[in-house]
Amino acid sequence: MSGKVVKGDLDSRIFNFINMSLLLIFTFIIIIPIWNVLVSSFSSGRSLAEGGFVFWPQEFSMENYRAVFRDETIWQAFFISVAKTVIGASTHVLFCAMVAYAYSKQNLRGRKLYSALGIITLFFSGGMIPTYLLIKSLGLLNSFWVYIIPALFSFFDVIILMNFFRNVPKSLEDSAKIDGAGDWRIFWSIYLPLSKPALATIALFNGVGQWNDFITTKLYITDQALYPLQMKIYEIIVQSQTNTMQNIGGSVVIETTARGVQLATIVITTLPIILIYPLLQRHFISGMMLGAVKE
Amino acid sequence: MKSTVMENNNVEIKEKKPLGPRFKRFFKDFKNQWELQSMIIPGLIFMIIFSYIPMYGLLIAFKQYTALDTFSTAPWVGLKNFQIIMTDKFFWEAMVNTVAISLMKLAIGFIAPIILAIMIYELHDGPIKRFMQTISYLPHFLSWIVLGGMLITWFSTTGLLNQTLMAVGLMDNPQNYLLDAGKYWWIATLSDIWKEVGWGTILYLAVMSKIDPTYYEAAKTHGCRIREIPLRHTDSIHVRTKYFCFFLILRVHEDERMSIVSLILLVSAHKVTKRLNEGQSVL
Repeated sequence: MSGKVVKGDLDSRIFNFINMSLLLIFTFIIIIPIWNVLVSSFSSGRSLAEGGFVFWPQEFSMENYRAVFRDETIWQAFFISVAKTVIGASTHVLFCAMVAYAYSKQNLRGRKLYSALGIITLFFSGGMIPTYLLIKSLGLLNSFWVYIIPALFSFFDVIILMNFFRNVPKSLEDSAKIDGAGDWRIFWSIYLPLSKPALATIALFNGVGQWNDFITTKLYITDQALYPLQMKIYEIIVQSQTNTMQNIGGSVVIETTARGVQLATIVITTLPIILIYPLLQRHFISGMMLGAVKE
Repeated sequence: MKSTVMENNNVEIKEKKPLGPRFKRFFKDFKNQWELQSMIIPGLIFMIIFSYIPMYGLLIAFKQYTALDTFSTAPWVGLKNFQIIMTDKFFWEAMVNTVAISLMKLAIGFIAPIILAIMIYELHDGPIKRFMQTISYLPHFLSWIVLGGMLITWFSTTGLLNQTLMAVGLMDNPQNYLLDAGKYWWIATLSDIWKEVGWGTILYLAVMSKIDPTYYEAAKTHGCRIREIPLRHTDSIHVRTKYFCFFLILRVHEDERMSIVSLILLVSAHKVTKRLNEGQSVL
């Protein structure tokens, strides 16, 4: 970025000052609400009811967290969340990569038909009710596989991976072919190992989506044993809302404890992603660029 | 001699009747590519089951579908279902809400990441810049359920917003914003932007970082202010005023349509990036 900044230029300095101040305000607008939730989750029910703090809990207490973990089902929900994230993301990325490998070959017979059918799915969908009827007739209601199978494939991810596969040197493939390797072998032993950044990016996006997804559960699952964490939060929030309504003019303590539990669950659910994502940030950004911007 | 001529004729005739041989060749190629085809056909089957069958299922909009019916046994009722929904008062309310909120999200959510990207781009490279980028991506990773729970907390009578406003002295009594229907459009729009604005900058920042540094040199010799180059690094660099980049975008309506249009194109199509790198103008 040479030539970007002229030092000593008064305009530049004023600009930088204003720019920096506005960005700082923006950063505060992002951080403070999140910090506020974190701090509130460590506060006792009474101080939550009184309010009057933003940056630090007035009465530090772990009561909310204890209440959350007292509920045995939270561990089960955590297990379901992890399982659906790990299994869902890995099968999704492998399946898409397989299709993308074949799709990246220009001489593939029927390629035009495949693209047409794929692109239509990017713009049109059957919507909620027909999909529900389909899932029902496939017998996936109240089954763990409803998290995995319908999320297996996305034509958008296929396009991104295809772009990446096209940049793999053709000579590698040619030499493998001379040695007698078939397409499956080439895909498995050459393309997959060479495409780790792209695969990791797709897996990460899909994993975050799986972790945060709750609408699938809401629509297709009624069995409590299959609830992931997000659904638990949803229940807690809905419960505390109804509690609030029932308790208008009644006991304030119940309401605020419910809110404390709600906040603690929010923190617990979000923590894994917040911890993982700064570590992966550089990778996913470069990976995203691989598919998006091409020279 | 004769036989060879005959054969040649046969060949010609065959080529004039392309269908049979072409199909044969197609299937021969298809068979030769069985490995590739075996990779893509599972994807095709998946799309047919999970995308096309539900699309076909949309036909129940024209049927009287009850819990006891299957898709094929339900009787056709024509446009009756549409009639019912069109005469429903709540349908139109929901329609207005949907359209309004989408338009607001579209308008604000489109401009905001561009402004933020330019502001971040102008920072000096270093830990502060990286920190701000990291922070701005953070909300994208919260789920809507979590964000919903947070919003309820922030907007509650003892929540963050009320307390801040009361502490600053802008308000005397706490107010429950979520119970105020008139404010919901803004809450929906602004929470969406709060969540996604940072994430939206990634693409813009990537494209900006690909701008050839020689444009800066060229622009400077033309008397262009450094700030304005990312917006208009085409050959039409005639800068009259000292606007800072964020003002520059805000006054699109005056006379700088070029700059914003070029930025949109720049981001949305990498072909344009290539053209720019070759020194051609966008429009």
